[in-house]
Amino acid sequence: MSQSVSAPSDDLDTLKIELAAAVASAADSAALDALRVSALGKKGRITDLMKTLGALPAEERKMRGAALNVLKDEIAVAIDARQKILSAAALQDRLSRESLDVTLPARPQNEGRIHPISQTIDEIVTLFASQGFAVAKGPDIESEYYNFEALNIPSSHPARDMQATFFMPSSGEYKMVLRTQTSPVQIRTMREQKPPIRIIAPGRTYRCDYDMTHTPMFHQVEGLVIDEATHMGHLKGCLLDFLREFFGIDDLPIRFRPSYFPFTEPSAEVDIGCSRKGGELKLGNFGDWLEILGCGMVHPNVLKNCGIDPEKYQGFAFGMGIERLAMLKYGIPDLRTFFDADLRWLKHYGFMPLDIPNPALKA
Amino acid sequence: MKFPLSWLKQHLDTPASLTEICDKLTAIGLEVEGIEDHGKKLAPFIVAQVLEAAPHPGADRLRVCTVDTGKEKLQVVCGAPNARAGIKVVLARPGDVMPDSGEALKKGVIRGVESQGMLCAVDELGIGDAHSGIIELGEDAPVGGSFAAYAGYDDPVIEINLTPNRPDCAGVLGIARDLAAAGLGELKPLDTTPVKGTEASRIKVKLEFPSAGAAKMDPRFRGDDEPSKACPLFIGRLIRNIKNGSSPEGMQRRLRAIGLRPISALVDITNYLTIDCARPLHVFDAKKIKGGLRLGPAQGGEVLDALNGKTYTLEAGMTTIYDDAGAVSLAGIVGGVRTSCDENTTEVFVESAYFDPVRTALTGRALQISSDARYRFERGIDPLFTETGAELATKLILELCGTPETTVSPLEIAGNVTPRTEAITLDTQKCLKHTGVAVAESEQAEILTRLGFAVTRKNGKLDVIPPSWRPDIEGDADLVEEIIRIKGFDHLPVTSLPRLHVITKTAIDAQDIRANAARRALADQGLMEAVTWSFMPSVIAASFGGVSDDLRLVNPISSDLDVMRPSILGNLLSAAKRNADRGFAAVGLFEIGPVFKDLTPEGQAVVATAVRCGQTPRHWAAASRACDVFDAKGDATAALAAAGAPVAALQITSDAPDWYHPGRSGALRLGANVLAYFGEIHPSVLTACDLSGPAVGCELFLANIPAPRSSGTAKPLLKLDALQPVSRDFAFVVERKVTAAKLVQAVKAADKNLIREVAIFDVYEGDKISSDKKSLALNVTLQPQGKSLTDAEIEAVSAKITAAVGKATGAVLRG
Repeated sequence: MSQSVSAPSDDLDTLKIELAAAVASAADSAALDALRVSALGKKGRITDLMKTLGALPAEERKMRGAALNVLKDEIAVAIDARQKILSAAALQDRLSRESLDVTLPARPQNEGRIHPISQTIDEIVTLFASQGFAVAKGPDIESEYYNFEALNIPSSHPARDMQATFFMPSSGEYKMVLRTQTSPVQIRTMREQKPPIRIIAPGRTYRCDYDMTHTPMFHQVEGLVIDEATHMGHLKGCLLDFLREFFGIDDLPIRFRPSYFPFTEPSAEVDIGCSRKGGELKLGNFGDWLEILGCGMVHPNVLKNCGIDPEKYQGFAFGMGIERLAMLKYGIPDLRTFFDADLRWLKHYGFMPLDIPNPALKA
Repeated sequence: MKFPLSWLKQHLDTPASLTEICDKLTAIGLEVEGIEDHGKKLAPFIVAQVLEAAPHPGADRLRVCTVDTGKEKLQVVCGAPNARAGIKVVLARPGDVMPDSGEALKKGVIRGVESQGMLCAVDELGIGDAHSGIIELGEDAPVGGSFAAYAGYDDPVIEINLTPNRPDCAGVLGIARDLAAAGLGELKPLDTTPVKGTEASRIKVKLEFPSAGAAKMDPRFRGDDEPSKACPLFIGRLIRNIKNGSSPEGMQRRLRAIGLRPISALVDITNYLTIDCARPLHVFDAKKIKGGLRLGPAQGGEVLDALNGKTYTLEAGMTTIYDDAGAVSLAGIVGGVRTSCDENTTEVFVESAYFDPVRTALTGRALQISSDARYRFERGIDPLFTETGAELATKLILELCGTPETTVSPLEIAGNVTPRTEAITLDTQKCLKHTGVAVAESEQAEILTRLGFAVTRKNGKLDVIPPSWRPDIEGDADLVEEIIRIKGFDHLPVTSLPRLHVITKTAIDAQDIRANAARRALADQGLMEAVTWSFMPSVIAASFGGVSDDLRLVNPISSDLDVMRPSILGNLLSAAKRNADRGFAAVGLFEIGPVFKDLTPEGQAVVATAVRCGQTPRHWAAASRACDVFDAKGDATAALAAAGAPVAALQITSDAPDWYHPGRSGALRLGANVLAYFGEIHPSVLTACDLSGPAVGCELFLANIPAPRSSGTAKPLLKLDALQPVSRDFAFVVERKVTAAKLVQAVKAADKNLIREVAIFDVYEGDKISSDKKSLALNVTLQPQGKSLTDAEIEAVSAKITAAVGKATGAVLRG
């Protein structure tokens, strides 16, 4: 570009108009950059004009210098403003090109579930733990001694007929059976620990029964408290505290009815309040009753069988069906479905892996 | 135990309503299971008489009946074959709600003839199933009267769930006694005056027991005590010149109401007294008895044709009644056909005896005979009621079967029973201590007295002798139960357990903590937790190492659940198969539960087991692929890590058991200690489980995870490196049989200070390299310490790595 060394002062106005038009018409960042270089760069037109200032008289130099600076700033501002507009347009253009169909599904996620029995056991353990219970365990294959004899159920006892028992091939004084109840864990615990004792024992139990409401394997949780002062009112309190929290019903009523179990005396069956109106079972304070578990004060013979002095120590025991608790709490209609491993059932009634029961952290 | 309300009221004088009675029964431990009250629903229906049954003009099978209701005559169209003039019937009129449909009957026009009602059949009234025609009532049915009242259906039947400790309440009398003790009325006195015998019995009774140990007896039936305890008292009485017809309608109705079929007066009397006062009796046709009656243990091998239609071969020791020709009755369980009473019986020998509960139970169980008699004897009847029972039976026989010529013998008595005399001492504080309910001493004594206990009060203690009908009362705990039962369980206080710790303690042991962690981790891997039987079909168990005969159930629920499972895999594969059959072939299941090695507690171990079958899901962003051994390895590693196993330190060996694919499986171990097996399931196992592959699985032996070394809660101090790590890639070509682990190990060993991580990012086998070789691409992370690495230093380390790997595995850098 040729330079006019002694341009008239209104030449700046012409330049400004020319450059401003060029800036406004710059189509993209590259054109704008070229313009910036041609105007403000080391050999740019405005820079070149700056270089001519030194040859001017002081007065004129001052005036022209000021005018040039104004021009330079104005053009720089115009370029920046244009740059912003171009960038925004370019971004807009990129974004519109990049758009995806977000209705497409995300990448496959893991869909594992915890079985309702495990979840229910976790809930039960959590609530009894807060009442000071620890979990005790025993084997599924038991001797008749632990499953019956030590529990005050001698071989002739009609109660042995009440529980259809699976037998294992065995010789010796006592046959081996699949435990029909979790109660043998009471015996094992009392033989190994000295009072005070507070344990629950969830686990698998077995009875030779298979129909709409019975499965050959099911789960129970046993409870046992032995010390010098625990009485039947504590049993009622302990179960009421548990049941209300478990079902999340603060005014859930419970009713103790006298019953009979060979290993407790007095024995009770426990009902909780419900309604059966319209054929629909609903738990709560509605006037009707639903049997939920059996319990009682540990029979002195059982304490004696475990080497515990019944004159000094006393306490209670209870047993509940875990499936029954789960069915009532979660509205699961059919017992047999628990053991079928039907993926649809597990997904529907199962629990999320991170859904760990903790009454302190959720309702 | 079932009984009609009217039967109860025969023993109990009470103004209480049905509801009050039932609530009280439940409250004192005689749980009401059901009330059959036909009265309400049958209330509208009346007795009517058919005056005329004319053919229907428009239908051959129908009749147009004119029926008399006592007040009016109605025209009713009826299709029953037995609708005919003269019979008395049950009439439903328009507006009556029919029990079977729950809908009101409408006046109708049947084939052009108006019908002003309906003649009912049993099923329409909800009182039976059979429907061969309309109900025909007896001559004595009152026209216009209530059908329910006439037929006894206005008498509700109560069913209680009787607990095995209450044999006394296996009779209506005992139930009435308990209700009276609970304040619900007065027990009516029972007429027990004896009948005087006038003619000696030609049939004598005799107890023949060997002394203890002397008898050739099956030890199962011996019991712990003297053989003679099997029957301490045997009473009989001969009654001659009687007529055995039907029992009266009232007795029949009661028996029917509780599901017993009336047979003949003599048999009905024994059944009636069994239910009435829990006193089972037997009647022999005296003319069929040869000689006298002997009672003793069976020798074994005797055959008895029993009244239940079956034939039994007796085992040695079973208490049996014989005449001179052989066994006539299995004591306390079932009588024999040969000496049974029938409509021709004119002489009856009544038996009333006390049979030992244990022996009765064992005999009944061994021969699998259930009877009302066994039910009561094995729970323990009232021994002191034996004579009374014989007298009550005599009275009823005289009443129902007597003739002017009837003669009665004195009671023939063998043996004796003595009343219980030893007292139980009850500390009256015990009730409060054990139940939390304060019951005054006087009230305690009163409750026990009302229940029939003999009570002596002395210094805060009660000396208590239980009544003869309460064999269940053994000690003071039983007395506390009686007191609180009658006082009412509603009085039990609600007392929360005192806290042992301010803050909740961990309630489960390390084993369960691991199991829980593994459970949540496996679910987090996308697997569904299953709970399957602890049993398994033996044919499937055979694929998983099999089980010893010890683990074969004696009485499996079905032949395909006949052994205790040696592994959970089989059950999960079977579950996968069931799901595949439902159309869900992609299955991921796990279970944490027991497997069994033998009968001992130690022979049972908790194993976490997982299977995956089929393809991963088809998805637009990720290609579907078959599950493979690395899925199983991933599941195993994730669960082990969650359960606290030192996963980084585990060795991997290729020696998984036979049920895995030999070339696609492994063990995760710490030396000899195997923590897990994983791999593709062996194709022949899949065939055995009828499952099309592929399927992979893992088994985690949670008990084998070593306990953490430090017991503290602190984690090791985190040291962050100040300098950026340097990353270098290597591609080695190596023999195919060389494992990746060996290569990685060699890299790590090349410079333990600098090399922080080694990752395999590519494995190549194919035509670009020799067919017995593979290429493994590794990314090695170097962590400079103190100062940055120069290019020369990085080159030096790279050279070291290449040399070390080459030396250890023969690998060379891929050119």
